[in-house]
Amino acid sequence: MTNAASAAMHLTDYGNGDALKLVPTRNGFGTGLVEAGERDANVIAICADLSESTRMEAFSKRFPDRYVEIGVAEQMLVAMAAGLASVGKVPFIASYAMFNPGRSWEQVRTTMALNETNVKIAGAHAGVSVGPDGATHQAIEDIAIMRVIPKMTVVVPCDSVQTRKATLAVAARWGPTYLRFARAESAVITTEDTPFEVGVAQTFRDGDDVAIIACGILVYNALIAADELARDHGIACRVVNNHTIKPMDEAAVVAAARDCGAVVTVEEHQVHGGMGSRVAEILAAQQPVPIEFIGVQDRFGQSGAPTELVEHYGMGVTAIREATLRAHARKRAAR
Amino acid sequence: MGSLAPERVAELERHANDIRQGIIRSLLAAGSGHSGGSLDMADIFAALYFHVMRHDPKNPDWAERDRLLLSCGHIAPVRYSAMAYAGYFPVDELLTLRHFRTRLQGHPERVSLPGLETTSGPLGEGLAQGTGMALGAKMDHKDWRVYVVTSDGEHQCGLHWEAMMTAAKFKLDNLTCFIDRNVIQIDGSTEDVMPLEPLADKYRAFNWEVFEVNGHDVGAIVDAVEAAKAVRGKPQVIIAHTVMGKGVSFMEGDYLWHGKPPKRDEADEALRQLQTARDLIGAGARG
Repeated sequence: MTNAASAAMHLTDYGNGDALKLVPTRNGFGTGLVEAGERDANVIAICADLSESTRMEAFSKRFPDRYVEIGVAEQMLVAMAAGLASVGKVPFIASYAMFNPGRSWEQVRTTMALNETNVKIAGAHAGVSVGPDGATHQAIEDIAIMRVIPKMTVVVPCDSVQTRKATLAVAARWGPTYLRFARAESAVITTEDTPFEVGVAQTFRDGDDVAIIACGILVYNALIAADELARDHGIACRVVNNHTIKPMDEAAVVAAARDCGAVVTVEEHQVHGGMGSRVAEILAAQQPVPIEFIGVQDRFGQSGAPTELVEHYGMGVTAIREATLRAHARKRAAR
Repeated sequence: MGSLAPERVAELERHANDIRQGIIRSLLAAGSGHSGGSLDMADIFAALYFHVMRHDPKNPDWAERDRLLLSCGHIAPVRYSAMAYAGYFPVDELLTLRHFRTRLQGHPERVSLPGLETTSGPLGEGLAQGTGMALGAKMDHKDWRVYVVTSDGEHQCGLHWEAMMTAAKFKLDNLTCFIDRNVIQIDGSTEDVMPLEPLADKYRAFNWEVFEVNGHDVGAIVDAVEAAKAVRGKPQVIIAHTVMGKGVSFMEGDYLWHGKPPKRDEADEALRQLQTARDLIGAGARG
């Protein structure tokens, strides 16, 4: 079920259930951080009592002298890292996204962004797919609170392979950065050969009827929905992996809207203020088209299995299919 | 008797007096800003910039410099004035304080003015950043030191105590924290708003070495820093007992002067008092 764009991106055979590999995106962070540490002796890691679950543990064993454990103190995590960055270190700071950056927003704004320090926030366990831990631990507002801060870079990779590449990329690139990843196992859709560059959106599937612009682990759901829509309705969807929320690839977003005439945004985040909101801001100004927003609809999460919650909060394949059909119908009605 | 010669003490007192006059002039020009805390830290900033710190005003990014962080950014005028008299920028530039496009932002911004180590103002964040710098120095086996100036009121912020724990955990003996213990914050006495005492005991319980000093005795301040620098395996705090508004009689001890600037006639009177005091510096020593 691939097409030319998929081939150019060297994607896996994600549509083949038997061949599908499931790996948590956090694993890619763990391996990427060790590699980043090998490449640059200034890369250090600071953790707030969650080294195993954030996958910072591998770095702590490989580079014990460059690993700092500070306990349950997320404001300290950011402010201390800013101090370390200002004397030449490249600190990665890890905790759950709900607390890092959820608890430390003002420290992020003042000591990282306004102060221009090269700190990398690693927000683990983002989204409702955290699962049984429930609403207190499901960060679904984090993209919004990070993307409004000037000078911040916000990256949400789509699978474990891309998370590894994104970790290496943000380590090598100067600037205050928020890297978001998830807890649950999720489909591996990219390969070692798939390119990755911060700020450059990727067309994973070509089409000109509706553009599905997605980020994070839901890119997989978007691809499956697109395949099904082609099969069942003859609708050709473009699927864009919009992994960099800030600075967003405006040209790719505008081109998708211009070529397709309708857009669906897909993210594991509140629909208010996240990736889709940024897409809407860009398109309202430059290329107005009908847009449907897939994400959490101004609610909090709850306990449950990851897939069950993604479905319940309207981010499953069926919900994406229905939204795409709505966007397609709105486009045709407008003509 | 302190370790400094009387002539050296007198020099530092003149520097402190210059800093106070610079504060008054800049706040008058700004038309807003924080008089009380700025004035009461003049003696400590004189000691730091003119005696204690390893720094080079002509090379503010010198990698081997000591780092001075002003956590309570609202008393920026004392730092700006000390930096100007130390040679970081022309003294006349103090008159641009808080004006549009100035390098002397209302609260200090590192990227705006060379010689600042952090952007500060939101309280309780300085020791956390200083802890990071001190740990970075340890990692790289550097011998420069970190000094963090804090207000007493910002000890009500939880983050400051997170930093206290962290600095002790990593035995950051290259880190010295000053507390401007004037017992005053915006809404009144710290002991009414949210009591901090027994403050010294709290630091000791957090495994810090504690020194207490008269924050207006430059010789005693220098001696306290020297004693702090000799401590091994622990961060140090110097609790500086100060009088808000020190040096201007009608501001001293009055919390209403926490957050306002002098008007023209008040500034004239303040400068007259300060100049009178300046003329008397060293007279006692010559005796």
